[in-house]
Amino acid sequence: MIAALDRGLRQVGHIVIDAIWKLGAASRFSWLVLARSSESVRRPQLTLNEIFFTGALSLIIIIVSGLFVGLVLGLQGYETLKRYGSAEALGTLVALALVRELGPVVSALLFASRAGSAITAKIGIMKATEQLSAMEMMAVDPFARVLSPIFWGGVISMPLLAAIFSALGVFGGYLIGVVIIGVDSGAFWSQMQANVDLREDILNGIIKSAVFGVAVTLIALFEGYDAPPTAEGVSYAVTRTVVTSALAVLALDFVLTSFMFTGV
Amino acid sequence: MKRTTVDLWVGVFVTAGLAALLTLALKVGNATSVSASDGYIVFGQFENIGGLKPRAPVKSAGVVVGRIMSIAFDDQRFTARVTMRIDKRYRFPKDTSASILTSGLLGEQYVGLDAGGDTTNLKEGDEVKLTQSAVVLEKLIGQFLYGKAADGGAKK
Repeated sequence: MIAALDRGLRQVGHIVIDAIWKLGAASRFSWLVLARSSESVRRPQLTLNEIFFTGALSLIIIIVSGLFVGLVLGLQGYETLKRYGSAEALGTLVALALVRELGPVVSALLFASRAGSAITAKIGIMKATEQLSAMEMMAVDPFARVLSPIFWGGVISMPLLAAIFSALGVFGGYLIGVVIIGVDSGAFWSQMQANVDLREDILNGIIKSAVFGVAVTLIALFEGYDAPPTAEGVSYAVTRTVVTSALAVLALDFVLTSFMFTGV
Repeated sequence: MKRTTVDLWVGVFVTAGLAALLTLALKVGNATSVSASDGYIVFGQFENIGGLKPRAPVKSAGVVVGRIMSIAFDDQRFTARVTMRIDKRYRFPKDTSASILTSGLLGEQYVGLDAGGDTTNLKEGDEVKLTQSAVVLEKLIGQFLYGKAADGGAKK
């Protein structure tokens, strides 16, 4: 009895200490990535390649899902607003929902599963096959040469992806609402423009997506760098990246929303 | 510098992203309407602002001419001090009156300006002297019931 209790307590303590240890390592890792980012500015080709890898290759999934989310919002929003006789507010509903929440959050989740997992696998395998150590042997800093360009590529791509997502979502809402159902086109746009503020809504949405970009890319890089150098270790690390970044995005979204959109 | 296919795709991606941002700013947002930058500030003291919120429109003859910047409580006069920014294109006489109105039955509240006949215009930092509070439904019902009761008493 006592022995079982003792074992349980030990296990809990072990998990807690391990988690705190990992958090500390992740913080130091993030600092290193940030501190050695001067190379990414001096050699823009490195960052450009990563923008291609994380951003441009995610375009298709972002465009298609943005369009479909907009279509669904248009349909559902119309069905609900119709009951209150205010179907003209459809434009406001679609635009605010996308610009404030769905655009940044859904595109960050897609980004985590499309680009984040790929980053973790890449870094994990580079680590497992000792490519990073080989670089160090040649006096090339892997942080400056590999990790921080990936970081900046992700941070630059994320707001652009979120903006594309929101814009296509609004277009999807327009397609369903105005073209198919027949809400008045003028009311759709003018109500939207009257109620969506450039600074309060659009700029805050962009800030949100930039924060998500930082979080997702750092988590992906760290999980890859921290992965045990085995096939199994890398596969677990990829899973952890997707799960952790999804949770981090949703938690950060709550925190940022409570800062940005309350009070007024 | 040698151009690669990667450069082309990054170019496509960045162009699409910036185009989306521009669309959001111009087509979805209200960057083109009355912005917070151009205009002059006037104040108004109201007995009761009801449900008036910052960023609510200031209208005259139904046209949006400005926005509410902030609302504060004045503990010297025990009234609400409403700061409004009026678009610099529009000039109003000094004896303009401001009242808090509601658009529709359940709509948002806004400040309506009714121009007076003064020859000098409102300037930056001026105060709108004539103000009319928001209609508070409970007070209205209370007055109505009180009036009814008084009527009934007089008839008997």
